[in-house]
Amino acid sequence: MSQDQTPDENGNEHPVPRDADPQARARALQSYLIEEELLTTDQIDEVMSLYEDEIGPQNGAEVVARAWVDAEYREWLLEDGSAAIAEAFGYTGPEGTDIVVVENTDDVHNVVVCTLCSCYPWPVLGLPPTWYKSPPYRSKIVKSPRQTLREAFGVDVDADVEIRVRDTSAEVRYMVLPRRPVGTDGMSESDLTALVTRDSMIGVERLGTKHVEEL
Amino acid sequence: MDGIHDLGGMDGMGPVEREEDEPIFHEVWEERVFAMQFADSEYNVDEFRHAIERMDPAYYLGSSYYEHWLVAMEKLFTEKGTIDADELRERIDALGTAREFDDDLPERFDSNVVEAMRASHENRSSRRDESVTPAFEAGDNVVVKNSHPGGHTRCPRYVRRAQGTVARVDGGFSLPNASPHGEGKIVEPVYHVRFDAAELWGADAEGNNAVYVDLWESYLVPP
Repeated sequence: MSQDQTPDENGNEHPVPRDADPQARARALQSYLIEEELLTTDQIDEVMSLYEDEIGPQNGAEVVARAWVDAEYREWLLEDGSAAIAEAFGYTGPEGTDIVVVENTDDVHNVVVCTLCSCYPWPVLGLPPTWYKSPPYRSKIVKSPRQTLREAFGVDVDADVEIRVRDTSAEVRYMVLPRRPVGTDGMSESDLTALVTRDSMIGVERLGTKHVEEL
Repeated sequence: MDGIHDLGGMDGMGPVEREEDEPIFHEVWEERVFAMQFADSEYNVDEFRHAIERMDPAYYLGSSYYEHWLVAMEKLFTEKGTIDADELRERIDALGTAREFDDDLPERFDSNVVEAMRASHENRSSRRDESVTPAFEAGDNVVVKNSHPGGHTRCPRYVRRAQGTVARVDGGFSLPNASPHGEGKIVEPVYHVRFDAAELWGADAEGNNAVYVDLWESYLVPP
């Protein structure tokens, strides 16, 4: 057995050499799956179109802006996130049929992680950034969230604000409802949508402490 | 298993590095690995996660997220007998690296497959099963069992033996510990449990914070 084929926990050797180029490995697997009729070329194109054009944090931003202008919608969103998102906007599907929305307030700041892998609410936020999937974020944010938010994201959370870290360890996916920025009274829903960032919906950015001029 | 993937609370992983204007995929092969997750397969999400957890720890830490996915697919498609490991290796040698990802690759088109995939993205069906009867209710104190199963679990190490409070009862979900090990589908209630920072990290923990973790009922006992 070579060094690159260390048996795994079940005693199984990895089927291919792990030092082989990932591009060559992906090419081999794609060609094999297509010839076995388990995958199609137009399916690949469709996945790319879905995740590069249609599904992304612009979807979550619409949800947040609606909640900022419509108190009834906000209540529904916090009560039954999946239904409020799917019925009002049509956003649902893989990694998003059971979404819980957690609300930031003057006293509480929420931040989302998946310490065990990289679970993330795809239909509203798209695919996660690399830092969200990386060992540094996954290891630190549960143990020292205040320090991590300050050092890695430049976010100072006042000592009297409770930080609630949500570890996505089961099948529910979490999205943060950030507070509305200062100075946005009277702004339209579509203008507010443009202010909502991906990071604010993960909870590594705080919008409620910022004035609209700073955004 | 107490594997390298169970990262919560570990030290020494370095700083969080953020990339400005990060693309959704950095390489074409990454986007293709992501797309292959939608192929017709015989494995479920628990088996997929467990396949990543079975990676050699040094390889896990030294490879990217989509390489983890690639590894899991290579393992599961061959272990399930869907494809043959020898032939996969031969294809890697024969096709090699190319200037354009799709050079010399076969194509196949089927609009029915595309329609089915689009429908799956419009499917609202919750994975929740409301037929279970929860043993705990919101406000109950619970303790996480000191249990270290050798196989797949979604109970992070850092909450084991800790006491928390049920913040929300989520109805039933398929227990991840069962299906990767041939035990079929077992449905149990899941709880959103709040742990105060000091309970998890001791007296020197950062003040005024709490961690909420989603835990299956069999991970928990009354205090």
